[in-house]
Amino acid sequence: MGLDIRLPIGLMFAVLGILLSGYGILSDRAIYAKSLGINVNLGWGLVLLAFGIVMLLLARRK
Amino acid sequence: MAALNTLGFIDWVLMLVYFGFVLGVGFALKRYTRTSKDFFQAGRALPAWVCGLAFISANLGAQEIIGMGASGAKYGIATSHFYWIGAIPAMVFLGIFMMPYYYGSRARSVPEYLRLRFDEKTRGFNAISFALMTVFSSGISMYAMAKLLQILHIFDAPFQSMGLPAAYMFHVSIAASAVIVLLYVFAGGLSSAIYNEVLQFFLIVAGFVPLVYLGLKDVGGWSGLQATLPAAMVHSWRGMGSADTNPMGVDVLGVSMGLGFVLSFGYWCTDFLVVQRAMAADSLAAARRTPLIAAVPKSLFPFLVIMPGLIALAAQPAARQPAATPSSAVSMVAAESATTGAGLIPFKVSDTTGEIVRDRNGRPQLDYDLAVPVMLLHYFPSGLLGIGLTALLASFMSGMAGNVTAFNTVWTYDIYQAYIRPKAPDAHYLWMGRMATVFGIAASVVTAYVAAQFNNIMDILQLVFAFVNAPLLATFLLGMFWKRSTGHGAFAGLIAGTTAAALHHMTTIAAGATPGVKGGLLAIVHTYHSEMAQNFWTAIFAWVVCFLVTIAVSLATRPREEESLRGLVYSLTERPRERDEPWYARPSVLAVGVLALTILLNAVFF
Repeated sequence: MGLDIRLPIGLMFAVLGILLSGYGILSDRAIYAKSLGINVNLGWGLVLLAFGIVMLLLARRK
Repeated sequence: MAALNTLGFIDWVLMLVYFGFVLGVGFALKRYTRTSKDFFQAGRALPAWVCGLAFISANLGAQEIIGMGASGAKYGIATSHFYWIGAIPAMVFLGIFMMPYYYGSRARSVPEYLRLRFDEKTRGFNAISFALMTVFSSGISMYAMAKLLQILHIFDAPFQSMGLPAAYMFHVSIAASAVIVLLYVFAGGLSSAIYNEVLQFFLIVAGFVPLVYLGLKDVGGWSGLQATLPAAMVHSWRGMGSADTNPMGVDVLGVSMGLGFVLSFGYWCTDFLVVQRAMAADSLAAARRTPLIAAVPKSLFPFLVIMPGLIALAAQPAARQPAATPSSAVSMVAAESATTGAGLIPFKVSDTTGEIVRDRNGRPQLDYDLAVPVMLLHYFPSGLLGIGLTALLASFMSGMAGNVTAFNTVWTYDIYQAYIRPKAPDAHYLWMGRMATVFGIAASVVTAYVAAQFNNIMDILQLVFAFVNAPLLATFLLGMFWKRSTGHGAFAGLIAGTTAAALHHMTTIAAGATPGVKGGLLAIVHTYHSEMAQNFWTAIFAWVVCFLVTIAVSLATRPREEESLRGLVYSLTERPRERDEPWYARPSVLAVGVLALTILLNAVFF
């Protein structure tokens, strides 16, 4: 197959991760009352970004 | 709840990013889709891990995510039997024993295997019932999704700002999901569906892992759940010895034979929706690894999809402290007598009257289907909520796309090419596949609206499909492992098995049900403890009758020449070689690993 699937996966998670963690930095702390006081946007956003980058690296290494 | 249900700008952006990628993948793959083999079989060129994740994802549709969470809230961790007993052994069996005949024969679909192995009428029966069933189930899941989004009121704001009634949500969600799935399947066919299923797989994980993490943290971890919920809900095998003593009302024989053997092997080993993913692999070895790779996430998925149901029941809606002191049964009764529901789960509200639905004892019923969505809204702040909802939508779409690709293949190869236009050029079948995608989806939309109007028709149809499916496994097992079985035998067995399923259903009933669609239409010979037990036994009866009739009729009819069965039957086919593979990629090694993992999980949650 001509398109390496890790490329779209990596791109999408990198974009989602940047948006989510960016929002986590900018957002009002009050919204995290729901998530037990944890800034899940920042934390999980960084995880998604890291996953995206790993996928992109795997796609490039091929 | 109303105040919680607003989406922020960021949630919309995240959702749109996902839709952008889904369509982008479809159009990027369009260039590579030149022949009908590309369109229907993804060119048979995908690596095992891609097929494996798609294999799981195609099954992870709307009913699965919502239903497993609901079932977790209703029956507890015993729901994991649907995974550990009801999927893993069958997936291992498919990979080790059945894939060589599906992939190794020249068949392009499951019905086509039946034609190669048996005869035209057996294929026709299977192809037509399967095609109808896929359209029907994708319509039902479309309906379920639209209904759910409407109840949640999360997308109401844009409708209000446009001055439209919120009920339009139903139409818009059906139209939007239909158009998006249509576009990407139309463009890239099976490879596009599979690529998107892999994307959806990761997204579902990304949405549900933080949900379970926050939920467990809130209720005090697994030990907190054990302290809050009744023992039968946190032990998967507690009370399974007798149907009287477990929340599902099933016994160990019903579970192991009905669910563990007939239903699960019947689904995972013969349903083209999932088998098609494995058949798209780039080699026989990869095809065999597909279900085995899929089994690893499958065995862990109860933690993602069932656990939210348990947490939803245990979590305290108002007070945020982890449940520290409640004693088991008391807290549930107390919660149920409250006006809102149990834990986070609200009471079921009737569509027509707007009142709370009650059972015959006047006790209010919980709307278990809302367990998962309510969890998302409860724990996720704006931002992560966008990811969580996208994950939910992704699961809806992957299930639907799975049905659509299975439908267009069976329609084009097994109905259109077989009976309508046998000798057209390849480009014509490629075109037909795209057309089939359009009218398959259109038919699903119609089904969704029929489902909204006439619930009874849907229940009856669902039942008919269950009858047709129940005996299939016996046909495939005899076909693959007994060279003496014949086409006449297979066909007679299928008809007899389907009839047996219908008769069993019409003469038995579940405790508390009224005779009719639920059974007992002709007479009531036996009463089961629950509908689930009744379904398990319907399947067992159908299988046994099909098995015996196929053998009897086969012995009475002329056997096929052995030469023509080469590659189709176990005893006449060379065993696939595993020695060329590195040890970790050998199907047998993977199979043992997956089974060990499953046994370990059962032991932990015993």
